[in-house]
Amino acid sequence: MPKTLAEKVYDAHVVRSAAGEPDLLFIDLHLVHEVTSPQAFDGLRAAGRTVRRPDLTMATEDHNVPTLDILKPIADPVSRAQVEALRRNAAEFGIRLAPMGDRDQGIVHVIGPQLGLTQPGTTIVCGDSHTSTHGAFGALAFGIGTSEVEHVLATQTLPQYRPRQMAVTVDGELPEGVSAKDVILAVIARIGTNGAAGHVIEYRGSAIEALSMEARMTICNMSIEAGARAGLIAPDQTTFDFLQGRPHAPQGADWDAAVEYWRTLRTDEGAVFDAEVVLDAAELSPFVTWGTNPGQGLPISARVPDPADLTDDNERRAAEQALAYMGLTPGTPLREIEVDTVFLGSCTNGRIEDLRIAAELLRGKKIDADTRMLVVPGSVGVKAQAEAEGLDQVFLEAGAEWRGAGCSMCLGMNPDQLRPGERSASTSNRNFQGRQGKGGRTHLVSPPVAAATALTGRLTAPADLQPADLTSAGV
Amino acid sequence: MTAVDAFTTHTGTAAPLRRSAVDTDQIIPAEYLKRITRTGFEDGLFSAWRKNEPDFVLNQPQHADASILVAGPDFGTGSSREHAVWALMDGGFRVVISSRFADIFRNNSTKSGLLTVVLPQAEVEALWQAVEVDPATPVTVDLQAETVSYGEVTVPFEVEDYTRWRLLEGLDDVGLTERHLADVEAYEARRQPWLPKALPAR
Ligand code: SF4
Repeated sequence: MPKTLAEKVYDAHVVRSAAGEPDLLFIDLHLVHEVTSPQAFDGLRAAGRTVRRPDLTMATEDHNVPTLDILKPIADPVSRAQVEALRRNAAEFGIRLAPMGDRDQGIVHVIGPQLGLTQPGTTIVCGDSHTSTHGAFGALAFGIGTSEVEHVLATQTLPQYRPRQMAVTVDGELPEGVSAKDVILAVIARIGTNGAAGHVIEYRGSAIEALSMEARMTICNMSIEAGARAGLIAPDQTTFDFLQGRPHAPQGADWDAAVEYWRTLRTDEGAVFDAEVVLDAAELSPFVTWGTNPGQGLPISARVPDPADLTDDNERRAAEQALAYMGLTPGTPLREIEVDTVFLGSCTNGRIEDLRIAAELLRGKKIDADTRMLVVPGSVGVKAQAEAEGLDQVFLEAGAEWRGAGCSMCLGMNPDQLRPGERSASTSNRNFQGRQGKGGRTHLVSPPVAAATALTGRLTAPADLQPADLTSAGV
Repeated sequence: MTAVDAFTTHTGTAAPLRRSAVDTDQIIPAEYLKRITRTGFEDGLFSAWRKNEPDFVLNQPQHADASILVAGPDFGTGSSREHAVWALMDGGFRVVISSRFADIFRNNSTKSGLLTVVLPQAEVEALWQAVEVDPATPVTVDLQAETVSYGEVTVPFEVEDYTRWRLLEGLDDVGLTERHLADVEAYEARRQPWLPKALPAR
């Protein structure tokens, strides 16, 4: 029977299946961070269990870490205690840890691909919903809760039910200035924040095939924002080229054997999807969110919607609540919304390509005098690469702040937070109430829109920039 | 964790949360996730709404003791934080009813013995109305019979047989999987040698 890519990967990992029970799935790679793991390690200790496969487990510090003074002890005692708990647990259970200051430290979903640990056809889990990011390599990768973290630590398996299959097809060519972030925001606006519940999404079509690995990761990353269990993309030459030579990629004859297998990881002709969504790349434009969930987004040329136009009671109430929180008036052009802070970073858009695109727009210019811009590389590796390319200087000369690696203002567990009522344009993935700081208001945007917005202080696409916005540095 | 709280049947009062797409950042904001314990999260439960909105449903005295939360569609979206389940349980809830849940939240709930019940939106609306008219209405959620009942109304719901059995018995997943370690070993023996290892490379 013809199978989808996700079904192939799933089937290759079934350890045991029995009627009336979930399948037991083998997990090839378990990524661990400080926030969702302490209670899992406590559970192991309480039951006298060990970590079954420390060699398939890797930990890092990302959510709590400060992005300034990273070599000093963390000032916040509660954050420090959590990071110290991870260090103790990693030492006690024999797990590799990339702590602050280590060259491999960074956001868990940035370091997996960077090290070449994320490989096609594997199963990857982490106590973090954005584990879907790794699906960009054709891996079946999904977020789990702390009880499941404990389960994977103890057994290297997870009980799972076979997910339903959804295809999101994007054909055609993306217009200039339209990026992967805009594609995924458009998909989520179309199907809603839980529209893919119970499904794995496979992204396909010529527009997806044309994307770089970084851009594919941006798309798969936000699958969870559409409610999907996972999102993936068939591996191809772009994938292999990205992986070859990375520290954990196979080498020599192993590489050849791996590539031969990876080439089979495609959805068969005639395989059946339970749901299909089709987008025309040529019709997409830069997208921004106006509300408090990632499905509340529109093209930047639109206006803040009027809840009165919505016929569904729940949707109207949700829109009213969102606008009240966001402090927005229906009918306001999105391009007139002024922001206080621009955040460039996160596991969605904190990779080298994202920084390059933003830096290109900022090169030789000054950001708006009343706007602060925070640039937070996704990992120490990304930071080093950016510095080698001189991107840090571009950001600094434009008036932005250049920080250490971590999750930072994506969720404000460290000191990088919005103040109440402050408004951001953020390349992260969630515009939930208070996500970036209590009372903070978030507009999700792509890296090009983030850079253009920093220049004007209003939500702006690169194509909207006027000569007057482009005050050159030194003037 | 060695065992979950078993769930058979529960009777209590219900709080009507008329909001859709309640994400786990609202159920418990990130600042409370720095703790390394598994209990004591009640102060974080809906903390922003409780603080900023005087008429938020859980601030209303008639709903303060509710143990069944009746929410709008798409409850528990967003972050995988299991702390959301712990906070609800620490806050006195044993059941959440919605027409649709986010997958990870629903999965997490079954690990700690919080029952998530899916009812059609029309039934959710009817229940909202009933408990708004009389907040003291006792609501019974019976997992054995798979029904929600209040007043004269009884509505059926469905839970996966396996999950239902696990909840009724209060069984722990790790212990169940350990019965099949021989299968895990056999699988491990079949794995390709070139698959990645997380141990330091080069
Ligand atoms: S960057 Fe944001 S979304 Fe990504 S792992 Fe960190 S907190 Fe989660």
